[in-house]
Amino acid sequence: MAEFETVVVETDLLILGGGMAACGAAVEAAHWALQNGLKVALVDKAAMDRSGAVAMGLSAINQYVGLKDGANTIQDYVDYVRNDLMGITREDLVANIARHVDSTVHLFEKWGLPIWKDEKGAYVHEGRWQLMINGESYKVVVAEAAKNALLQTGVGQIFERVFIVGPLMDGERCAGAVGFSVRENKFYVFKSKATLVAMGGAVHVFKPRSSGEGMGRAWYPPWNSGSSAYFTLKAGAEMTCQEVRFIRCASRMRTDLWARGSCCSSRGRPTPPAATT
Amino acid sequence: MPSYVNPEKCDGCKALDKTACQHICPNDLMVLDKDKMKAYNRDVTMCWECYNCVKICPTQAVEVRSYADFVPLGASATPMRSTDTILWTVKFRNGTIKRFKFPIRTTPEGKAVPDGGFESNGGLDSPLLFTEPASIGMDDVFRLKN
Repeated sequence: MAEFETVVVETDLLILGGGMAACGAAVEAAHWALQNGLKVALVDKAAMDRSGAVAMGLSAINQYVGLKDGANTIQDYVDYVRNDLMGITREDLVANIARHVDSTVHLFEKWGLPIWKDEKGAYVHEGRWQLMINGESYKVVVAEAAKNALLQTGVGQIFERVFIVGPLMDGERCAGAVGFSVRENKFYVFKSKATLVAMGGAVHVFKPRSSGEGMGRAWYPPWNSGSSAYFTLKAGAEMTCQEVRFIRCASRMRTDLWARGSCCSSRGRPTPPAATT
Repeated sequence: MPSYVNPEKCDGCKALDKTACQHICPNDLMVLDKDKMKAYNRDVTMCWECYNCVKICPTQAVEVRSYADFVPLGASATPMRSTDTILWTVKFRNGTIKRFKFPIRTTPEGKAVPDGGFESNGGLDSPLLFTEPASIGMDDVFRLKN
């Protein structure tokens, strides 16, 4: 049995996950941390450049409201989601996402994501809410902004290849997280004042119809192991919108078709499962 | 279907402490057989064929075994990624070769500026994110009713 070194990391804000959500949170957090003299730590189980469900890139942005062009209103988006989910949704959360998504897309573009434009300079739509992009490096670009935000300001630390296994509890309060390195014999204890969980959903909850080498043929990545759900349950968080299930047989539309730049037209994830601690 | 390593091309990234594919695989599937100095995919059933190992391999030793329904035997789709573009070579089984080139970013590598040049406003007690409302292109962010 190998000797495992215990590494204790103390921080103010702990961001668990390194995908799109965590990277976005890191950019935002770094700004306020710098202003207020706080520290941020981000923990990713993979390599940030290519971790999460956008690791492979995408050919479309699946949610853009278009407020500044008067294309849609927040209410339009809420109505669309409520209708799509047959009324089972938290409209406040949908509206909260919708009101910030345009600014997020505009930041992606500034960071370097190529978004298709027509001859008048307007975004090219694939559907009412979708924008077409050359998104091979979508995640690379977003991760780069997050790394720059955390590391260039000196407010943040990034831990890659560390797998979080559960919350660190102080009575009923979540006081951080524990995990281990998948590269070295190290056990990590992260102590934090606030913890943000963005470790993805759960794939392979149901056995796929494909078998053998086709097992990984899932719409969302097979490395989405349910860490977020487990963590938030153990931490006693309020979990909401968990009834949203996404079961698809459309995964043959992935991979090789990226070459043609026209796939991935999922209708977006209206309300991602949310939890607060 | 999964990625696989062509052992004739793989040199185990011998100059490095770990292989490039091992560094990048989001599911931690790529490992190095240190005796043979060849990398391999350790669990083909958990591979998402995200192509990251294919794109990052310095010797182009990694390929993906594609689905026969749209990449039949004898055909292939191979990416070559540079710092600002990706070039896909699509080979059809009748011998036709087509190439598709796409931009992958509009800024120099490493130069993503977190605030995107947008002015910062508000404070922690405001619903505005730090680049808003400038980054929305509106005067204010939509306010939720209580």
